[in-house]
Amino acid sequence: MEEKAKKPRFKSFIVDETVYKTYLTKKYHERRAYEPHNPKKLISFIPGTILKILVKEGQKVKKGDPLLILEAMKMENEILSERAFKVKKIHVKKGETVPKNTLMMEFE
Amino acid sequence: MSLKQKTKELLKRRAIAEQGGGDKAIQKQTAMGKMTARERILALLDKDSFHEYDLFVEHDARDFNMDKKVLHGDGVITGTGTIYGSPVCIFAQDFTVAGGSLGVMHARKITKIMDHSLKMRVPLIGINDSGGARIQEGVNSLAGYGEIFFRNTLASGVIPQISVILGPCAGGAVYSPALTDFVFVVDQISKMFITGPEVIKTVLGEEITMEELGGALVQAEKTGNAHFYAKNEMECFDQIKKLITFIPWNNGQKARAFPPKEPRKEYKIEDIVPSDPKKPYDVRDVIRALVDDSDFFEVQERFAANIVVGFGRINGETVGFVANQPLVLAGVLDTDSSDKAARFIRYCDAFNVPVVTLEDLPGYLPGVDQEHAGVIRHGAKVLYAYSEATVPKVTIILRKAYGGGYIAMNSRHLRADFVFAWPTAEIAVMGPEGAANIIFRKEIKEADDPEAMRKQKVKEYKEKFANPYVAAAKGYIDSVIEPETTRRILMHSIEVSANKNVGQPKKKHGIPPF
Repeated sequence: MEEKAKKPRFKSFIVDETVYKTYLTKKYHERRAYEPHNPKKLISFIPGTILKILVKEGQKVKKGDPLLILEAMKMENEILSERAFKVKKIHVKKGETVPKNTLMMEFE
Repeated sequence: MSLKQKTKELLKRRAIAEQGGGDKAIQKQTAMGKMTARERILALLDKDSFHEYDLFVEHDARDFNMDKKVLHGDGVITGTGTIYGSPVCIFAQDFTVAGGSLGVMHARKITKIMDHSLKMRVPLIGINDSGGARIQEGVNSLAGYGEIFFRNTLASGVIPQISVILGPCAGGAVYSPALTDFVFVVDQISKMFITGPEVIKTVLGEEITMEELGGALVQAEKTGNAHFYAKNEMECFDQIKKLITFIPWNNGQKARAFPPKEPRKEYKIEDIVPSDPKKPYDVRDVIRALVDDSDFFEVQERFAANIVVGFGRINGETVGFVANQPLVLAGVLDTDSSDKAARFIRYCDAFNVPVVTLEDLPGYLPGVDQEHAGVIRHGAKVLYAYSEATVPKVTIILRKAYGGGYIAMNSRHLRADFVFAWPTAEIAVMGPEGAANIIFRKEIKEADDPEAMRKQKVKEYKEKFANPYVAAAKGYIDSVIEPETTRRILMHSIEVSANKNVGQPKKKHGIPPF
């Protein structure tokens, strides 16, 4: 409540190199910074359950090799390797539920 | 039996049916802080104007012991009445009867009153308070929803359709409100979502409360699904009544005219807008300085606040306002504000409401998230809506009109009828800083003091181009006006546009960038 009583301050906001004074919205604050795709990280694209893990840490995989099975929305999604890699670390366990955008595996 | 006795019998039957789910269920409803369906209708409509139909409708489901259950009115009250003398058709789902669940007869009552409202060309108001499909009636419930959605679509743009969410409205049921023109929600009472917290938890493992997922504030602020937010049901009904005064009964008419009134004295238009284009102000105060009695009725106040839309009256006639809001995100266009503006413009166009645009924006919101969220296709909606609209369209450029923003905000090029600019207007391809940096890149780079050169070039550019006269010289704007004459000019523009008649190429319908 105390925070609400305070009068919000104008923020600087730049469009085409001109600095404007304005309020910013909650949505603007909550927006996510862009992260470029990193092939060495396997990120969950949908929330679901890890049904099976098909590789071990230190194992070498070829492009297209199955890595794990992520069950989501009653579909068993077989996750394949994007390139030839060595599995560096597995961050999930069998039976674990993972939210979207969870780091599941790392490669080298 | 005598006529008197038979009438007595009718009254007895009516009294029983009007009890809905009975005392216990009504107590439960009241304990949740909710009014009953009947109380809601009576509170919203003019006194003694409500006439109910299909009170004695009964369901004919047989499975799962449903044949032994009596559901009065099958969980929905339908009828006609008036609001400030304007006729409306109305239905209100009765949560006290089987949780307001939608069975086939319940749906048939709704579609019957919908058909009636379309036939009679009067607004339709739907009060939603339902647990969803009546599972015992299976696919018949789904059929019912489908027939409601179809009628919502058919009636869209012909009669005003208003949805009031006064309880849960979940699953497929939310698509009827989503297809209507205006959605009203009430704090702590309205809940709208496609899949509820429980499903989300079991399927996805994400935990969230009903309020956080699809409560009134979320719908009014974050998703933009709701257009009006109220603290309680009575405030919500006042909002609906007020809206009804601003809109016509159907697309063949104009909204009712009111006796003209001057704006209130405290709103002095020339004192509201700072001449420095980088300084913020509340554009709603400008609107209040322009409209009758300074009465501006804002739509989607909490959603995408960087654009302001809503109704006001100029000389007694309803006008729709679309205004960039320099107070929030400097008034930029982005995905949400484009969506909000485009939909409102299309509403006004469908229902013969002239559109007044107040322009002051630096352009589009830059950012990866915006580009990836499809600001191209969302932004295109604004161009589409303005270009397509054939109602009188007047633009007042208050200050900044840069680049794509200038074109989008009802420019002459999109068939605006009148474009006026204040002397503070800057109509240019982009802001002076950006433009000078591009045009004089070489001079700035090669100067002994690049920063001093940059400043000088920006100043030069500002003097030469950051004004309304370059655009006026080409006839892109009709006139540069003194700010204090804005209301008078608006009155005149709308008056002389009363018989506007423009042709459109023959087509079934366009393909707007939905």
